[in-house]
Amino acid sequence: MKGNQRILSGLKTGSLYLLLLAFLTPFLLIIMNSFKTTQQFFESPLSLPTTINFKNYASAFENMDFMQGFMNSLIITGISVFVIIIFSAMTGYLFVRYKWKVNAILFFLMLASMALPFQVLMIPMVMLYGNMGLLNTKLTLLFMYLGFGVPFGVFTFHGFIKGIPYELEESAFIEGSSTLRTFFSIVLPLLKPVFVTLLVLDVLWIWNDYLLPSLVLLSPDQKTLPLSTYTFFSSYSVDYAPLMAGLIMTIIPVLVIYLFLQKQIIKGITEGALK
Amino acid sequence: MNKKLSLKNTGTFLVFGGPSIFAFTAVVIIPFIVGLYLTFTNWDVRTGDSSLIGFGNYLEVFRDKVFLSQLWFTLKYVLFTVVIANVFAFFIALALTRGGKGEQWLRTGFFTPNLVGGIVLGYLWQTLFSQVLPYLGNKYGWDLFQTSWLTDTGTAFWALIIATAWQLVGYLMIIYIAGFTGVPGDVLEAASIDGAGRYAVIRRIILPLTVPAIVICIFISLSRSFLTYDINLALTKGGPFNSTELATYHIVQKAFLSNQYGVGQAEAVVLFAVVAIIALTQSYLLKKLEVES
Repeated sequence: MKGNQRILSGLKTGSLYLLLLAFLTPFLLIIMNSFKTTQQFFESPLSLPTTINFKNYASAFENMDFMQGFMNSLIITGISVFVIIIFSAMTGYLFVRYKWKVNAILFFLMLASMALPFQVLMIPMVMLYGNMGLLNTKLTLLFMYLGFGVPFGVFTFHGFIKGIPYELEESAFIEGSSTLRTFFSIVLPLLKPVFVTLLVLDVLWIWNDYLLPSLVLLSPDQKTLPLSTYTFFSSYSVDYAPLMAGLIMTIIPVLVIYLFLQKQIIKGITEGALK
Repeated sequence: MNKKLSLKNTGTFLVFGGPSIFAFTAVVIIPFIVGLYLTFTNWDVRTGDSSLIGFGNYLEVFRDKVFLSQLWFTLKYVLFTVVIANVFAFFIALALTRGGKGEQWLRTGFFTPNLVGGIVLGYLWQTLFSQVLPYLGNKYGWDLFQTSWLTDTGTAFWALIIATAWQLVGYLMIIYIAGFTGVPGDVLEAASIDGAGRYAVIRRIILPLTVPAIVICIFISLSRSFLTYDINLALTKGGPFNSTELATYHIVQKAFLSNQYGVGQAEAVVLFAVVAIIALTQSYLLKKLEVES
């Protein structure tokens, strides 16, 4: 009986791994074929590559300006996420500890705005910022990510800060610490769990975002990685081998981070969704 | 004294709230209001002329047969994507919450498509649908795959659904797993002692107790698929002959290629209203089924 059960559970686990393998076949096929020539890919897309050839990677790296896209994405994602987290934490703190009417109204507006899809804002946004001549700079894009990222950030910090006892801050105030200093030295270190959640969600969102940067960043040297992938594909759409190498290269940075931080990422996603 | 205090308060407000409230107002609030105003004008991008025309743009939206048929196409796409993604996610999550070996790795694996943005994901599937599947179809004589799925409206519709659902499954799975871990073990044990079968346990215990997770998952999959743009752009580019343009794709074209900002914005507002009504109705209806454990 025991032995039977063990075999049964082994079979179940085995079939789950098979299912996962089938599920990830699209990735595997693209990886496999990224090492072949386009001709070999057309002739036998399912065979394993006979040689490991990085020529496609070199050609994709050059033709899609990988380094430039990568650096642009890195700068935009890094700074936006950092700014969103710091300012949301501060505003969340303000809304929890100072029960002014204006704060309540603003908090309500932020909550309500979370239901608004980007689609409703993009046309007037392009119109307004275009008229002011502010399009096509990274700074505008950073500012927009701050504006879009703040509501969820404030909401998340608000919920967490509510649970922090006020006594800690009170004793700091009595000792003459300023609000700003109290916040940074006492409150901020307690918010670590929220940082992780927001970091994960905001990095995945901004790193992979296409529509907003496609409307804001118009010149080639500003392009983020998703934008250069798009340009690369729309201009070389017959030469499949380097295209596949380009796709894999775009995936690798996030994949590497995922392998190291998978636990935190899964936790961040769960908490973000259940909020 | 009082003056000093209010000065200090203003300072606190500006330091702690200033940057985020300014960005929020400039990026969300003002564009939202301008956007609503825009739907009542015939603003022209090239000349900058604008005058109020009442509900003209909205009438235009409902007279625009192309937009209406694309909205209908979007609705069908959303329906199938939501159902398929949720059914798969539900059962995969169920299989991955028994405490078996290697569950962490399996969860990690099923989640991977979510690391990839819609553009990359769309091109990945485009390569498969346009090259690999036709190769298989011709080699083994499978009629279904002999021509690329992306060259025909009916099959391109399914290609879009498969690519979107493929990504959503892993995301929803994570939420379902969180929901299942909340089902108390003693209830499940009691049921199995009473001789309840696997099906009865799912139907009578797990489903009612995980209604909150189901509501969230349907809500997320609904709003995500209603607003799909990147996958649409990379996978089918709206083709063949603009027959697979989802609502967002249409709005982007209308506004930024045909320069009809007012009508485009009115369409965006209509799309938002449709999403909001459907998403809220499902939450309301499903929440009635909720059971406290």
